[in-house]
Amino acid sequence: MNKPLELPEIADELVSLARRNEQIEVCLSRSRSTTVKAYSGQVESVRSGMSEGVGIRVIVNGQQGFATAGSLNRQVLTHVLEEARGNLQFAESDPDQGLAEPDGVKSPNLDLVDPEVLKMSDHQKSSIAIELEQRCLSADRRVSSVRSAAWSDGWGEFALASTNGISVYAEGGSCSVGVQPLAVEGNETQIGYAGDAARRPDLLDVDRVIAEAVEGATSMLGATKPLSERVTVVFEPGVTSAFLGTVAGALTGDRVVKGRSPFAERLGEQVGSSKLTLFDDPTNVASLGADNHDGEGLAARKNMIIENGVLSQFLHNSYTARRSGVSSTGSAVRGARSTPSVGLHALCLKPGVIDREALFAKVGNGIFIRGVNGLHSGVNPVSGDFSVGAYGHKIRDGVLAEPFSEATIASTLQRMLLDVAIIGGDFEFLPNGSGMSSIAIEDIALSGM
Amino acid sequence: MKPASSLLDRELIQETLTEAISNGGEWAEVFVEDRQNASADFDERRVEAMVSSRDLGAGIRVTVGEVTGFAHTSDLTRDGLSEAAQAAAAVAKGGGRVKPIPLNGDGIAESKARILPETISKTRKVELLEQVDSAARAENAAITQVNVRYSEGRRRVLIANSEGLFNADDQTRTLLSVNCVATGDQGLQTGRETVGYTVGFELFEDHDIEAMARRAAGRAVTKLGARPAPSGQLPVVIERGGGGVLFHEACGHGLEADLVNKGASVFRDRLGELVAAPSVTLVDDGTMGVEWGTVAIDDEGCPTQRNVLIEDGILTDYMWDHLRSRAAGRSASGNGRRQSYQHLPMVRMTNTFVTNGDVEPSDIIADTQNGVYVAQLGGGQVNTATGDFVFGMTEAYLIENGEITAPLREGNLIGNGPEVLQNIEVIGNDFAMGSPGTCGKDGQGVPVGDGQPTLRVAALTIGGTAS
Repeated sequence: MNKPLELPEIADELVSLARRNEQIEVCLSRSRSTTVKAYSGQVESVRSGMSEGVGIRVIVNGQQGFATAGSLNRQVLTHVLEEARGNLQFAESDPDQGLAEPDGVKSPNLDLVDPEVLKMSDHQKSSIAIELEQRCLSADRRVSSVRSAAWSDGWGEFALASTNGISVYAEGGSCSVGVQPLAVEGNETQIGYAGDAARRPDLLDVDRVIAEAVEGATSMLGATKPLSERVTVVFEPGVTSAFLGTVAGALTGDRVVKGRSPFAERLGEQVGSSKLTLFDDPTNVASLGADNHDGEGLAARKNMIIENGVLSQFLHNSYTARRSGVSSTGSAVRGARSTPSVGLHALCLKPGVIDREALFAKVGNGIFIRGVNGLHSGVNPVSGDFSVGAYGHKIRDGVLAEPFSEATIASTLQRMLLDVAIIGGDFEFLPNGSGMSSIAIEDIALSGM
Repeated sequence: MKPASSLLDRELIQETLTEAISNGGEWAEVFVEDRQNASADFDERRVEAMVSSRDLGAGIRVTVGEVTGFAHTSDLTRDGLSEAAQAAAAVAKGGGRVKPIPLNGDGIAESKARILPETISKTRKVELLEQVDSAARAENAAITQVNVRYSEGRRRVLIANSEGLFNADDQTRTLLSVNCVATGDQGLQTGRETVGYTVGFELFEDHDIEAMARRAAGRAVTKLGARPAPSGQLPVVIERGGGGVLFHEACGHGLEADLVNKGASVFRDRLGELVAAPSVTLVDDGTMGVEWGTVAIDDEGCPTQRNVLIEDGILTDYMWDHLRSRAAGRSASGNGRRQSYQHLPMVRMTNTFVTNGDVEPSDIIADTQNGVYVAQLGGGQVNTATGDFVFGMTEAYLIENGEITAPLREGNLIGNGPEVLQNIEVIGNDFAMGSPGTCGKDGQGVPVGDGQPTLRVAALTIGGTAS
C-alpha cells in the first residue's frame, strides 16, 4: 500500500499559519469502517462509511481555544482554526496550559500496520457474520435466536503536528466480531454475549466467541435471586477490567490535580493488597491498545501505577504534569475531535499463577461474577462508592454451582483494592486493550433477597 | 444560517435516490445532517475550555426485502453522494428497477427556538457559568469543587426517500449542568443538577439557574453525613421527576419493536395482557412541549406522536420505526432515531413517562413504614431479554415509621421489569418530568426525557453495604 502523505502535509501547513506568540496543535484523522450484521441466516445490514476529523488547539499566553469539525475540506479547516482562535479569548489564562514539549523519550517503534484486514471481501465478512449466527443456533438446542451477530472492521490514519516541533503519523486497522445468542427454556430467556478483536482477521478466535456466548446464555438459565450476605467474589477477566479501569481512572492526573480522586493524597502509600501490581503498557504489541505515541505526540511508554499494593505514580498528560511539577507520563488520550485528556492505553494486571479452577477451589464458597451492570450509575469515582448489578454463579465447595441474577455487589473502591485476596493466572488481553486475569475479592456485600 | 431545505440541492437528492435504488433496491433514503455544537467548561473558578464543533454529512440507506445497505459520507458533492449511494446499493443484486416517486414535500423547517444560542455572545455565556459557580460555592463552605458545563446544539436534518417523502427539521437544544464536590471528614461526595430543554437561549429566562446550583450543592453536602445504604429488599418511594429512568429501563426498552421482533424482550407476545399494576399508564410522546426528547419528526422523517404503551396496566402497543412497522404491515410511530448521519436508525424512545395517579405524595411517604426514599436517580441499564435492570440512586434517604430520615450513600437498585411493574403499589398526583438524559443503545446515544409522579414500589433490591 502506498502511504498517503496527505494528512501530515495538511497538518504542517496549518501549523505554519501560527502567528507570533501562538502555539498551535493540529490533529487530523481519516477512517473507513464496515459493519455487517446477520440475522436468520442472511445478511441483515451492511453499513460502511468514511469519516474525517480535525481538531485544532490554539494557545496564547496560557489561554486555550479548541475547535473541531467532521471534514477535511480546506474551507472547513480554515474555519476551524479561526473558531479555535475565537474560543481562546474566553478561556482564563492558566500558566500551566501549553502544548506538549518533546522530551527525548524514544518511540517504541512498533510495527502495528497490518494490511490483511484490507484484503477481506464483503462476501468474506458476510460469511463470518452468518457463521457466527448459525453456529450459535446449532451449538445448543436451547438457543432460540441470535439478537445480533456482527463483523466490523476499520482502517484509519492520524496525523498530529504542533508548533513545538512535534509531528507524528500513524495508520492501522482492526477487525472484530460479536454475537448475542438468546437461550430459552420454558418461560425463561437468557442472553449471552462474547466478542473478539484483533489487528488481523486470522487472529480472531471465532470458535471461542461462539462457545463463550452460548455458554453465557445457557448457563444462566434457571438463575434465581440470591440471599443477601457478605461474600468473597471472583471476577472474570472482563469484570476485573471494568473494576480496575475505574480505579485507574481515579489515578489519572486530571482527577488528582482537581481533588476529585479518593487517592489524591496517597502517593507512595499502601492502597491495595500486596498481591496487586498494575501498570499501563502501550509498548506491548499483544495489546490492541499498543501505540507508538500518546495523544499529544509524545512517545508511548510503560508506566507502573500500583506496585505490590503501593501507589507508585499518577498518570499525566503535559498539562496535568506541569501542574503537578512532574513530567508527562505519555498518557494523553484523544481522538482528533477532542482535546487530550489523561487515560489508559493498555492497562495490565500482573497475573498470578493458579488457573481458574484452582482459584475456585481456594475460594471454597463465594460467587463468580460473569458480568456487571450499571457501572456508570452505581460507581462514584470521586467518593469511591461502588455498587453494581451482578450476575453469575455460586461457588460452593470449591466448584461452580447454580446461577444467580438480579443481585448487586457493593463496597468501596478503596476497600476492594485492599481486599484483593487472589489473582488468577488466566491472564488474557481483552478487546478493550487491557490485559487482565480473574481476581478474588473478599468481604463484598451481596444484595438479593 | 440557511434554512434546512437548502442543506442539499433538491435535484441532487432526487438523483441520489434514483442511483441508490437502481441496483434492484426496493426503497431508498437520503438523510442529511448539519450539526453545530458549542460548549464551555467552567472548572476551578475559570473557563477551562470553550469548544465548537461542526458536522455535516449524509447517510444513504437502501433496503431490499429484509436486507439493509447503508453508507455515510461527509462529502456532499455529486461524486461523494454517488459513491455512497453505490456502496449502500451493493446489498441489492441487480434485478428489478423501481423508480423513486418524485419528492413531494417542501423540505423546509424553521427553528422553534425563540433565541438562537449562536446569536448570543460568548461573554454572556461565560457570565452564566460564573453565576452558577458563585451560587453553588455560596451555598455551603464544604463545597470545594464546582464544575459547570454549558452546551448548545443546533441540528438541522433533511430526510428524503423513494416514496416521495421530503421532510426537514431544525432542532435546537440548550443545556446547563453543575457538578459539586463537598469535602468532609469521611471523604468526598458529589451533587449534580442539570437543566436542559429543546429550546434556545430562552432557557435562561425561563429557569432559575442559581436555584439549580444551590440544589446541586445541597445534595453534595447532605451526602457528607450519609450512612451506607441498606443491602436487601425494601419498599422504595421515588420522588416525582426523579425516577422516570426506572420505566425507561424497566419496560421502555423492552417495548422497542426491534428487540421484540428478535425475541429479545420479556414483553414479546404480550399485547392485550395485564403487564403492570392497573394504576399504571405509560406513554412515549415525542411531541411533548420543549422536553429533552422532543422532536417534530423522527430521523426517518415521520412526525412524532403520543404513543400509549401501557394503559391501566394493559400492554397496548410497542414503539416502531420504518423497517419494523413495514414488516408488520402497520404505520410507524415516530420512534426511528439515530445518533448522527453516520448511523442506521433504530427504534428509540423520546419522552417516556407514567401519568398521574390520585394520591397525595405526602400520604405515600406517611404510609411507608420502613423503606428507602429516592429523590434522584442516576442512569440505568437493562437486560431486555431477562428484564433485569439497575439504576443508580444519587440522592436517597431512609424512610422510618413513615418519615424521611437519614441520607444514604450512593448505590444501585436492581429489579426485574415485569415484576416491578406489577409491584407499583401507589401513584401520586404530582407528575413532573425529570432531568434531560442520553439513552444509549447499540453504541448510539440520543437525547431522551422521562418523568413520573411520586410512587411506591413494594420491593426493590437495594445494593448497599449495611445489613
